[in-house]
Amino acid sequence: MISLTLNYRAMMGRAYPRMVGVLREPSWILFDILLPLLGMGAFIYYYRAMGAPEVYTGFVVLGGAMTAFWLNVLWSMASQFYWEKETGNLQLYLLAPMSRMAVLAGMALGGMFLTTIRAFSTFILGFVIFDVQLETSNPWGLVAVFLITMVALYGMGMLFSSLYMLYGRGAWHITNLLQEPIYLVSGFYFPVRQLGFWVAAAGSIIPITLGLDAMRQLMFSGPEVDPFLPWQVELVILVGLAFVYLIAAKYALAYMEHLGKREGRLTLRWQ
Amino acid sequence: MESNWTNPWLFALYSIIKPIAATLILVVMYMIIWSSVLAAPEIFSYMFIGNTFFMYVAQVLFGIVMVIHEDREHYQTLKQVYIAPMSFYVYIIGRAVPKIIITTIAAVITLAFGVLVLGLPIELGEVKWLLLALAMMVGLLCICSIGIALAGVSLLTARHSMGINEGIAGMFYLFCGVVFPITFLPPWGQAVGLVMPITYWLEVVRRAILPTDMQWDSGLQSYATGDIFLMLLGTSLLFLVLSIAIFRYADHIARKKGKLDMSTTY
Repeated sequence: MISLTLNYRAMMGRAYPRMVGVLREPSWILFDILLPLLGMGAFIYYYRAMGAPEVYTGFVVLGGAMTAFWLNVLWSMASQFYWEKETGNLQLYLLAPMSRMAVLAGMALGGMFLTTIRAFSTFILGFVIFDVQLETSNPWGLVAVFLITMVALYGMGMLFSSLYMLYGRGAWHITNLLQEPIYLVSGFYFPVRQLGFWVAAAGSIIPITLGLDAMRQLMFSGPEVDPFLPWQVELVILVGLAFVYLIAAKYALAYMEHLGKREGRLTLRWQ
Repeated sequence: MESNWTNPWLFALYSIIKPIAATLILVVMYMIIWSSVLAAPEIFSYMFIGNTFFMYVAQVLFGIVMVIHEDREHYQTLKQVYIAPMSFYVYIIGRAVPKIIITTIAAVITLAFGVLVLGLPIELGEVKWLLLALAMMVGLLCICSIGIALAGVSLLTARHSMGINEGIAGMFYLFCGVVFPITFLPPWGQAVGLVMPITYWLEVVRRAILPTDMQWDSGLQSYATGDIFLMLLGTSLLFLVLSIAIFRYADHIARKKGKLDMSTTY
């Protein structure tokens, strides 16, 4: 019998450390806001050195801020169960009388809250320091695109978390590998359409690809925006992706847990 | 040890994909603005060479910091290595050597890709090999010395090592003329860049590899190559002294506070 109250409390309990961590451990201000501005600045000056229109500065600031979400999905969602296994906590999660999805939902909720603060701070700082010009044509559309992108993205993170549960130490390296290549195919710093239709379509498997493209259409104007698809179409696709990833995460989690129990890998550490 | 988590072919793929993807991001950004390598070959060459050789900075710094992290947290052998009858500096540099070798392979592949596919204007017969070899020797020693300083800091931190490493690498990436000349930075940024040995290292490497007519004005064009190399030597020595001082201080604090064998489960 499903206990909604218990699962809700599990979800909030898992989200709590990540939300409270914003206040308790202030080092994130330096490492997650100020230091990423260095890399962002390098790309901005690179565009300026090439004589690019100023709208590209806005693309870099937006993309740079949104990298926080992708990194959070990789390191705080995908790798989480692997780390829990390494520290010996995974079996405690599995023994507790709650839905595993509640744990993943709590991780996603807490991560989303924490990362939104970081990304928003980075965006505001980049906006001010580099004098970005915004032309928001539809603020409510922008909010809708952002929220749906987050649901789809963290749904993907929940799916990755399930798949990573049985990984060995290669999990860390695979996570490390999924940074720069994703920045490239998802068009973090340039319109993804510039990679060609089929590469952009393949990159759209990652929800942040369509999310970024839609946000660029809603925040900037001019031919440089070069949309892949109209933002309304991208929003519909993102809703679909959200459903697909959340459902896939549920089934993947159950399968991987069953596989782990059968092969005795749920408590296997230091491999 | 670098590849003990997977089979050699997957490791080779992993070692190449990441840096090449980072380079391709910049290539795509260039192509959006200029459409063709031939439209602004000096800009493309400047960016491509700078980003390719910056792989050494990113990968070696990261690799050295990871030595402390891995030995302390994953393998839990740091204290045994520390008390072994050998120089800890030599051990750290020894662990960095595989990273240098792997990065060299990735750099060669990236350069080959640039020349064969993208039309990067490099003529092997015109490369100043001796200058390049000397620059690489001094540059890698400088990068390793900076890595040793960061390794010292890692002895004292639990989970901030990666952030510090990325911050330092990001600082070099912005201020050292990696993908754009430092003349595009504000005056204070240029001043920061002129103190960094990486700035001079990349300038010497570009002068060694690229033909004279492919040199973009980096802000250092008025200096002779010999002068730039002397600046590289001078700033590298300065950073070497600073790095050893930082490492020795951090080492002292780590021993004083009993952090050498701390386990943070991070």
